[in-house]
Amino acid sequence: MATVSTSEFKNGLKFLMDGQPCTIVDNQLVQPGKGQAFNRVKFRNLITGRVLENTFKSGEKVEAADVMDTELQYLYSDGDFWHFMDPATFEQYQAGEAAVADVQKWLIEQDICTVTLWNGDPISVLPPKQVILEVTETDPGLKGDTAGTGGKPATLSTGAVVQVPLFIQIGEKVICNTQTGEYVSRAK
Amino acid sequence: MTWQPTASIEQLKKRSQWLKDLRAFFYARSVMEVDTPILSSAATPDLHLRSLKTSVQVPGIKDKQPYFLHTSPEYPMKRLLCAGSGDIFYLGKVFRDGDLSARHQVEFTLLEWYRLGFDLTEIMAETATLIQLVIGPKPTQMLSYEQAFRQYAGVSSIHVATAEECRQCLARHQIPEVIGVDKDDKVLWEQLILTEVIEPLLGQNAITYLFHYPARDAALAEISKENPQVALRFEVFVEGMELANGYQELQDSDGYRDRFEASLSDRIAHGAEPVPVDNYLLDALKEKGLPECSGVALGVDRLFMLAAKHKNIESVIPFGLGNA
Repeated sequence: MATVSTSEFKNGLKFLMDGQPCTIVDNQLVQPGKGQAFNRVKFRNLITGRVLENTFKSGEKVEAADVMDTELQYLYSDGDFWHFMDPATFEQYQAGEAAVADVQKWLIEQDICTVTLWNGDPISVLPPKQVILEVTETDPGLKGDTAGTGGKPATLSTGAVVQVPLFIQIGEKVICNTQTGEYVSRAK
Repeated sequence: MTWQPTASIEQLKKRSQWLKDLRAFFYARSVMEVDTPILSSAATPDLHLRSLKTSVQVPGIKDKQPYFLHTSPEYPMKRLLCAGSGDIFYLGKVFRDGDLSARHQVEFTLLEWYRLGFDLTEIMAETATLIQLVIGPKPTQMLSYEQAFRQYAGVSSIHVATAEECRQCLARHQIPEVIGVDKDDKVLWEQLILTEVIEPLLGQNAITYLFHYPARDAALAEISKENPQVALRFEVFVEGMELANGYQELQDSDGYRDRFEASLSDRIAHGAEPVPVDNYLLDALKEKGLPECSGVALGVDRLFMLAAKHKNIESVIPFGLGNA
């Protein structure tokens, strides 16, 4: 496996920490006028998403992680795995539950997602920023309330629950922001 | 990166004025400006300073000759002092490789000066006057290295503390996990307390002097006669940033040779390339001797950062390395 020295540290560098792939989000070199130099490093664990901080003695080496982001089409889920395909090569990938845990409810068949691969396996999935989903369940709203002054929960076809304006009815399609988990507008 | 300067023209006008003020400070005190060579056939053996290297086509010699860009003008300035120059200062560029951040440039402007007959207290007082000339009045705070560990890190006597006690101190201050340092490497754990816990707290609304560094960090400073554990060395901090470094200068020529040799063995032990030692300096010290004096090196760009309230060194210099 390739190693990377602290002198090559920069934001976005992928490396292994305790066997898990991480990406550097901040790297600060501390070079006192005398004595040993250190790197103060903030990095995100790509599996848990947690941001951690370590101080590395300059000259230390870490193992590079084979991590890459790729655009894949979501095909279907068989309950255990979520299947994706590279639309150019038709190569298929299966993601386990951990990789899609946070985003399952935004996965729509045929949508193109950004999938992070580690050693060729999906470890995290980023759905499109906005998705269109059908409302499958919500309380009937008040007739004539089109100003959207209030809100009510609505369950969407993927199981996601969002706050929608009172005028939204079952069967309507709505646009949602997958990053904030919020209703954006009615789909035309 | 664009062609544009990293500092505003307005800021560069201030810089020009401040450079003039610094020179005026010394001319008013009859301290002579010396522009010692940037190129040197020798380099500092200090393990943690990386000299840039170039090669020169000297007429009459077939192969290009290696020369180093100075990391400070200390050696030629001390040769001038041995030769009888009297008080001198250097204001110009120095080079230290491998470091580029908000507070560092590989190429930066250094002010270094030497005062004959000054002891540590006198040179510290003069340094404060000079700093205040640029950043305005601020109270000064005197803190010995040992006091600083007691007051800011809760270590009662750092000179005798163990590696374990240093590690506990770091844990108490919630310093992130440290990777690559030996469990028993007390010197490094102690250094981490200094840079991670203490230094960021120094010089808040004050000019803080940290003095009496451990003897092993003496570099080329005299060792205290009253307490051989400590060196007559100080550093100045303002707003958590190291601004200057000064010594009551070591005079003994054998002492210089010994410390150079110790630094060279350190380099070899750490797998760093050996460098040629400045034998001209050693000859000068042996033949004429260094007069009793104290000297200071001050990071001029950092001083201007403080005066301008800028957090990035590039904001006070014409061009950073990124578009040099």
